[in-house]
Amino acid sequence: MFSGFNVFRVGISFVIMCIFYMPTVNSLPELSPQKYFSTLQPGKASLAYFCQADSPRTSVFLEELNEAVRPLQDYGISVAKVNCVKEEISRYCGKEKDLMKAYLFKGNILLREFPTDTLFDVNAIVAHVLFALLFNEVKYITNLEDLQNIENALKGKANIIFSYVRAIGIPEHRAVMEAAFVYGTTYQFVLTTEIALLESIGSEDVEYAHLYFFHCKLVLDLTQQCRRTLMEQPLTTLNIHLFIKTMKAPLLTEVAEDPQQVSTVHLQLGLPLVFIVSQQATYEADRRTAEWVAWRLLGKAGVLLLLRDSLEVNIPQDANVVFKRAEKGVPVEFLVLHDVDLIISHVENNMHIEEIQEDEDNDMEGPDIDVQDDEVAETVFRDRKRKLPLELTVELTEETFNATVMASDSIVLFYAGWQAVSMAFLQSYIDVAVKLKGTSTMLLTRINCADWSDVCTKQNVTEFPIVKMYKKGENPVSYAGMLGTEDLLKFIQLNRISYPVNITSIQEAEEYLSGELYKDLISYSSVSVLGLFSPTMKTAKEDFSEAGNYLKGYVITGIYSEEDVLLLSTKYAASLPALLLARHTEGKIESVPLASTHAQDIVQIITDALLEMFPEITVENLPSYFRLQKPLLILFSDGTVNPQYKKAILTLVKQKYLDSFTPCWLNLKNTPVGRGILRAYFDPLPPLPLLVLVNLHSGGQVFAFPSDQAIIEENLVLWLKKLEAGLENHIIILPAQEWKPPLPAYDFLSMIDAATSQHGTRKVPKCMKETDVQENDKEQHEDKSAVRKEPIETLRIKHWNRSNWFKEAEKSFRRDKEL
Amino acid sequence: MGLSAAAPLWGPPGLLLAIALHPALSVPPRRDYCVLGAGPAGLQMAYFLQRAGRDYAVFERAPRPGSFFTRYPRHRKLISINKRYTGKANAEFNLRHDWNSLLSHDPRLLFRHYSRAYFPDARDMVRYLGDFADTLGLRVQYNTTIAHVTLDKDQQAWNGHYFILTDQKGQVHQCSVLLVATGLSVPNQVDFPGSEYAEGYESVSVDPEDFVGQNVLILGRGNSAFETAENILGVTNFIHMLSRSRVRLSWATHYVGDLRAINNGLLDTYQLKSLDGLLESDLTDLAILKDSKGKFHVTPKFFLEEASTNQSADSITLPQDDNDNFAMRVPYDRVIRCLGWNFDFSIFNKSLRLNSGNAFGKKYPLIRASYESKGSRGLFILGTASHSVDYRKSAGGFIHGFRYTVRAVHRLLEHRHHSVTWPATELPITQLTSSIVRRVNEASGLYQMFGVLADVILLKENSTAFEYLEEFPIQMLAQLETLTGRKAKHGLFVINMEYGRNFSGPDKDVFFDDRSVGHTEDAWQSNFLHPVIYYYRYLPTEQEVRFRPAHWPLPRPTAIHHIVEDFLTDWTAPIGHILPLRRFLENCLDTDLRSFYAESCFLFALTRQKLPPFCQQGYLRMQGLVSTESLRQHRVESRLLRDYAPTGRRLEDSSQQLGDQEPLGSPLAPGPLAQSLDSNKEEL
Repeated sequence: MFSGFNVFRVGISFVIMCIFYMPTVNSLPELSPQKYFSTLQPGKASLAYFCQADSPRTSVFLEELNEAVRPLQDYGISVAKVNCVKEEISRYCGKEKDLMKAYLFKGNILLREFPTDTLFDVNAIVAHVLFALLFNEVKYITNLEDLQNIENALKGKANIIFSYVRAIGIPEHRAVMEAAFVYGTTYQFVLTTEIALLESIGSEDVEYAHLYFFHCKLVLDLTQQCRRTLMEQPLTTLNIHLFIKTMKAPLLTEVAEDPQQVSTVHLQLGLPLVFIVSQQATYEADRRTAEWVAWRLLGKAGVLLLLRDSLEVNIPQDANVVFKRAEKGVPVEFLVLHDVDLIISHVENNMHIEEIQEDEDNDMEGPDIDVQDDEVAETVFRDRKRKLPLELTVELTEETFNATVMASDSIVLFYAGWQAVSMAFLQSYIDVAVKLKGTSTMLLTRINCADWSDVCTKQNVTEFPIVKMYKKGENPVSYAGMLGTEDLLKFIQLNRISYPVNITSIQEAEEYLSGELYKDLISYSSVSVLGLFSPTMKTAKEDFSEAGNYLKGYVITGIYSEEDVLLLSTKYAASLPALLLARHTEGKIESVPLASTHAQDIVQIITDALLEMFPEITVENLPSYFRLQKPLLILFSDGTVNPQYKKAILTLVKQKYLDSFTPCWLNLKNTPVGRGILRAYFDPLPPLPLLVLVNLHSGGQVFAFPSDQAIIEENLVLWLKKLEAGLENHIIILPAQEWKPPLPAYDFLSMIDAATSQHGTRKVPKCMKETDVQENDKEQHEDKSAVRKEPIETLRIKHWNRSNWFKEAEKSFRRDKEL
Repeated sequence: MGLSAAAPLWGPPGLLLAIALHPALSVPPRRDYCVLGAGPAGLQMAYFLQRAGRDYAVFERAPRPGSFFTRYPRHRKLISINKRYTGKANAEFNLRHDWNSLLSHDPRLLFRHYSRAYFPDARDMVRYLGDFADTLGLRVQYNTTIAHVTLDKDQQAWNGHYFILTDQKGQVHQCSVLLVATGLSVPNQVDFPGSEYAEGYESVSVDPEDFVGQNVLILGRGNSAFETAENILGVTNFIHMLSRSRVRLSWATHYVGDLRAINNGLLDTYQLKSLDGLLESDLTDLAILKDSKGKFHVTPKFFLEEASTNQSADSITLPQDDNDNFAMRVPYDRVIRCLGWNFDFSIFNKSLRLNSGNAFGKKYPLIRASYESKGSRGLFILGTASHSVDYRKSAGGFIHGFRYTVRAVHRLLEHRHHSVTWPATELPITQLTSSIVRRVNEASGLYQMFGVLADVILLKENSTAFEYLEEFPIQMLAQLETLTGRKAKHGLFVINMEYGRNFSGPDKDVFFDDRSVGHTEDAWQSNFLHPVIYYYRYLPTEQEVRFRPAHWPLPRPTAIHHIVEDFLTDWTAPIGHILPLRRFLENCLDTDLRSFYAESCFLFALTRQKLPPFCQQGYLRMQGLVSTESLRQHRVESRLLRDYAPTGRRLEDSSQQLGDQEPLGSPLAPGPLAQSLDSNKEEL
């Protein structure tokens, strides 16, 4: 009973809905034959569909025709539906319902008749009608010979627009016809649907529509071929229009004004401009280059010849190309490109990005959150197929772990196979193994905590990656240095001996300080520390030993506390207890009195002593200087620092001018990322060397030492004074914003809410047939997946290319899960 | 499962023994913890108490542990899987597929060393439990039947009262905390006219020879009913099965207590038109009558009421007299009752207020989600008897589930009575994604006790670090601070495992097309067990937990993330699993959780005033991640970082270089570097 009632209600709503959905036919005039023919005007085209009066009021064809009314009106073509009534017999009225046709008249002359099935949709209607009307403007050809004939006939006279579409009546065909309607008198349009013809002129990807511009007007020699430019965008009316516009623009323009101010039709069309910088002396050659570039970039960018000599604004001396983006407000870029191909690729690369950005705007989705933006994860993923020489390290398991680390001195890398940071570091670890191969007594091992979770937990490893050193009779030591080959190697090498080294004679102490004693180790520790204690200083010695042990693997420490220790302390003017610091690279030995003998303080003294006065700053050592919390005074140098500059700065250091700064220099050859830093500071980049003061810890201002001044003491002092007095302007303030999530996450909560609320409203059946009621459940299920917005779907297809293959494969596997 | 249902086989203790023990009676021994029953749950609790060095005793009426398994299941085949191979070495992961082992630190005490059978023999379980108790030296008092439990109020006691246990010898034990792990030991009986004709599962013959050529009626539709049917399927004329509700197949309900495929042979023959069959009717509406030939007839009870006095089948109008196609018109030779088990309430004094639940939970004592009795503080129910918490939902009634809930109870007790906070690992925020990935991929407690036990991540101030708590009973979330001794002031994540919301049910088609979801944005529609992460800015209140939305295991969170289901339950795919998780966490914490190479950190350190957490906690502490040459190459190719390497003529001082596409020139407007890292994604 209930279900019966339901059906009844559904029936009613069906009727109601369908009344609303009735197509409105207002815009398509319905006339009798007599009336119709009386409206025809001479020279005017008109499309009429003749149908029986008693035929159904709606049909697919009529709907499409109705849609075609407006576009055709734009081309001055009227459209009508003519009802054949018994009283007025017209020859256009077919005998039977299914023989009805549409007719195209010009004035009252019949041009073409169309069976309704050729006019399958609005595109086909527009395309066919224009095709019929533009019979002369658009030549339809089927073979290469026809094409060559037309080409030859037009050489030196007119340009040709040749297009291939897969079939007549499809949207691309309509786009070409619409273009022909506008440009048909200016250019000769040639159309084909023959793939063979397209192939014979050397096109690739023949499954798509193609449009070429044949530059025949310029050709004077009849034996010469017309240049061709392929339109690379999809065939749409708008794209063809834009393409033809750029073809019409002059190939090369000469300008002598500020590139920032120059505007051509290209910019309006969203294409960038490329300026080839020319000078009087090389004008001819430059012009040839520019023309060559212009041909290559035709349809992609505007090319101009910029005459430097008559230019009023300054452009960088050696820039030979200026690139101006179509986007407003973006400053022009000055480039040095010594190769035409580089210019082309620069433009093409930038075009590419533009396109994508456009796409994304259209998608209304923004950047794709399914794309990896973690550099470690991404690089590890990209490198996953490379085979590492893992066999150089011993893989441990639950069974072998204890036995191995007990049997020999071992380094253990605890990692997780699925964690990117672990896997990135594993590579460095293997590099260490390669470097140590056959030379080290230390066994290099690793354990994958994804497999041997319990072992890692027992070793108190709760995060990855962790490196620990296990030595006989000692507690395991966690490595706390940089996760890289060099530092780990240093740690392992320095740990060949135990610290602090017990020095037993004056002679040995001297050897130790000179670096002779551990010749092979001092390359890993630029400083050797020797603690001097009188034999009675028990606690001080213990504290020092603790500090030395803490620093093992990072710096060489030794202890001397024999009876004759005074000899040493006198020689190096150190009152006991004291530290002697031997700087091997400089060959200097300093003494530091130990006021406090807390292990922690000693560690602090030693780590401070490791800092240099004017270090070369590197990726590895920046953190140690960064900790000082002082503004960095950095001299950027391409290659080794000029000794004169170094001397000047060291003099300032000695004169205490730089106490509140951390002076350092950066070698761009060793630290290429320095260029990225400079680029953030300067625009445009002045010539190197550059001296900047970066106030990292308070305010983030960056000050630049004037690049036109010599880096000498007097100038520096003056500049520093001005800085102090606040008379210098900063060139930039470093951005202070927090690190926010780079991209949003999926908002599953809203998706769940949306699904729940939709579920609720779905209970009221809409315009559904009787049988649908039973399928309600199933439909709801399908509907749920349809909740997903379409743009996401397209976005996914676009961006998931990389994983597309296995995604699809996975999908089909899933289907077979029950197998 | 717990103590044997069968009466103890040994006689009352001798008088001498009683006298010898008499002095002890005057000063009853006091224990901090008393455990009733040395079945799996009792032993499991004993293990944790022992490891923690607590004062405890286990009382067991049989001479050995696991006496339930000496008789049950009657046909000796356990339906808990004993998966010995998973292809993985991870011991924690392997417990996901080991339904029989108890938790311990000793790898020898894994059930796979006790049986090679996938569905092992119950005798192996008995042997295993015996070894477990012996090897670990658990303090079990065997042959001790606790006959009576009562309360003794005392202000000094931990819970304001002591539990007074009296055993069969009259010996009294005083306990601060009582842990009841006696299982379900009383066969469930339904009262209807003629119920006395039914033989019980606990005593019916297991020899198929005894059923040759007979018509058999089985009452009940659980695993014991089907197990009984399976045993005699081949020799009977036919078997009819009668129960109130439709059959619930465990592979449709995802509940291991429902009918397992290993027992469902009768379903197969019923649907393939053999003579066996299933019928649905409420037993309490029926009556069984015996006729003169000793055969049994089934009839609705009201037929009986009409006839009132004479209750012989020969004289009463049976349904088939009026309705000649009545389904159960054939007389039966045997009627077997397989209606499950109830908790034994009889030994508990009323003062304990240990009551049974209602409806579904009638067979179970009423307890909170913390497994503590609602009636008396300090009384906990463990093991099978604690299944009311997750009956028909999760695995709390079975070894592979309650071994974890027992551990949770132990952790609660450690905090309540010994000020040991709930164990937690504190880690820097950069490890957040990894610690979740690690747990969802290996944790067995989350996997087995899905929807009941969940991991909780408590954020520290400013979200720079967090504490990771494992396997907390999520229904007690509101009381987390008092139960664990940890603070949840700065927001928390809850990591739970869930099936899809409309996926499980007795009438669900679990094999429909598109039942599995592959795309990350559809992850919330995942059907198979998958990790779900809830984010709360504040700890939910008790009200919010109680009045949470229907079908939600937890109150509505601030944000939720589903990690898309995975065919291999391996949630380590960089793009499919880890990336969306990281984005979710980032957006909850409003920070950037990406990892960076030292070189990038160096660049950030000198071009920005703030650094991302990874650089702060790694690079700036001199623990930066240095990239190798080949990774550097990939980095340039992926365009996540520009190539600054000076190669050939491409670079000259004072000029900008090729590929300088980023608008770095514009004076570092908000986020230029972040953009430079996440722009160019179309390249991937």
